[in-house]
Amino acid sequence: MKQIVVISGKGGTGKTVIAASFAALAKSKVMADCDVDAADLHLLLHPEVLQRHDFKGGKKAIIDRERCSECGKCEQVCRFNAIENFVVDPISCEGCGVCSYICPEEAIEMEDNLSGEWFVSRTKYGPLVHAKLGIAEENSGKLVTMVRQNAKLIAERERKDFIIIDGPPGIGCPVIASLTGVDLALVVTEPTLSGIYDMERVCKVAHHFGVKTYVCINKYDLNLENSRAIEKYCLDSNIEIGGEIPFDQAVTETLVKGIPVVEGRDNKVTQKIKILWNRIKQIN
Amino acid sequence: MIISIASGKGGTGKTTVATNLALSLNGVQFLDCDVEEPDAHIFLKPKIKSRKTVSIPVPQVDEARCNLCGKCAEVCAYNAIAVVNPIRRSKNEIGVDKENSSIPETKPLKELKGKVLIFPELCHGCGGCKLLCPEKAISEVDKDIGVIESGESKAIQFIHGKLNIGEVLSPSLIRAVKEYINPTRTVIIDVPPGTSCPVIEAIKGSDYCILVTEPTPFGLNDLILAIEVLKKLDIPFGVVINRADIGDEKVEQYCQNYKIPVLMHIPFDKEIAIAYSMGIPIVEAKSKYIQEFRKLFKKIVNC
Repeated sequence: MKQIVVISGKGGTGKTVIAASFAALAKSKVMADCDVDAADLHLLLHPEVLQRHDFKGGKKAIIDRERCSECGKCEQVCRFNAIENFVVDPISCEGCGVCSYICPEEAIEMEDNLSGEWFVSRTKYGPLVHAKLGIAEENSGKLVTMVRQNAKLIAERERKDFIIIDGPPGIGCPVIASLTGVDLALVVTEPTLSGIYDMERVCKVAHHFGVKTYVCINKYDLNLENSRAIEKYCLDSNIEIGGEIPFDQAVTETLVKGIPVVEGRDNKVTQKIKILWNRIKQIN
Repeated sequence: MIISIASGKGGTGKTTVATNLALSLNGVQFLDCDVEEPDAHIFLKPKIKSRKTVSIPVPQVDEARCNLCGKCAEVCAYNAIAVVNPIRRSKNEIGVDKENSSIPETKPLKELKGKVLIFPELCHGCGGCKLLCPEKAISEVDKDIGVIESGESKAIQFIHGKLNIGEVLSPSLIRAVKEYINPTRTVIIDVPPGTSCPVIEAIKGSDYCILVTEPTPFGLNDLILAIEVLKKLDIPFGVVINRADIGDEKVEQYCQNYKIPVLMHIPFDKEIAIAYSMGIPIVEAKSKYIQEFRKLFKKIVNC
């Protein structure tokens, strides 16, 4: 069983569109949407939710005003500026618990914070594990880990060949949680200076965590010079180019229809995605 | 006035709107708070004049004072400290760790050494371990998480944060970038994609937020999430629809139904897309957009 994560660094390069097409092409897999704070894969895979679970990612401090003597020690020790006038701002509170420990009146409790939910669903393409992080919540990395662990349980139980993970943008904690321990990270980039800059950073993160990486250049014909620059970077960094996909407005049309690109009209984009998947499924 | 530009979905055009707005106004301050993938410098091309390392305090244990009581590990909410204490094991097994039997059975007790293991990559810098250590055996050392670079581009004062590869504490770095805010100027903040803590840290305290979206199901889905963020933060907002002529009508309808102001439409334009790919701002590729972005600003100020 192989785990493949689709990441990008830069947002909007086409991770979810490509991951959804892999869902349609791969015969034996579990899909995992790890873009937990802006999940979109369900818009193309149309899941039927079978299980729903609460996610309690951390804790939040609550001050009991009746016990509070207004000594101000909590405000002094809080390093996240989360306490003002003896009230905790739950948005700024990071749940470290220091205030609770030092309060001389024992007026501060740490309460479990319901910070999101995760789902196991059935789709036309097989099982999907996905999640929704609560608005303005933290611990996205933990929720990503939850999604991945459950995808793995299903994949092992049902003897699936692949777990295909739709990853988040950026390089921070949810990305790291999405890519540790995978067999391959597919970095989807675009031939723009922003795309290149961001791709280099996320490739460095993948390298830092010892993860094998392929790069896919999406909309490559928008700027051939930049595409060549990406190819050169990959050559110099010993990263394989997994594929190149041309720009085509038909992609947006299938998106609007709510179907994976490869289920639309056959065209150069669908052909290139199929070639890309054929390459990826052979990794060892 | 502090204006942040966010979206929920990545790639809708936040940096495009933020940089072109800044270039169309006079004497603004521009803060790129997308510290994981800061791109604005590609378009604004600032001359960097200063560079500062940002760090968070992580624990360091004085082994001479430490008695391996384990209080630090108990209080740490992030599993960033573990205490291995051989003396704590069963009295019948003095000196033997059955799971890790690298310690020979006959080793005298006094030669056994416990250890405090610190995982700085998990540490949030809350200071709890240092504060609560009964032996005052913990001090703090700086751990670098990123850099802040500042400089100028035309009349724009430019500041961005760059998170170090492998680090996770984006919100801490974003907080440090926002300390540069000069409230006497118009401040434009480029916010990261998503809806979780880095986004909150970047948007918090803004007077207004522009949400950039695209007229597709992904755009609408993530716009709705982003709107929930702004409602939670109680910050007024309006929408800019980018690549406005490719997709469907649902974003426009949603905004109409919920009386959300749509401040600007930017049509898809291959020339703009190519200019973008080369790091050229829209207002340089097509100067008529200077007036469009100024109109956007006027609408915000009048809100």
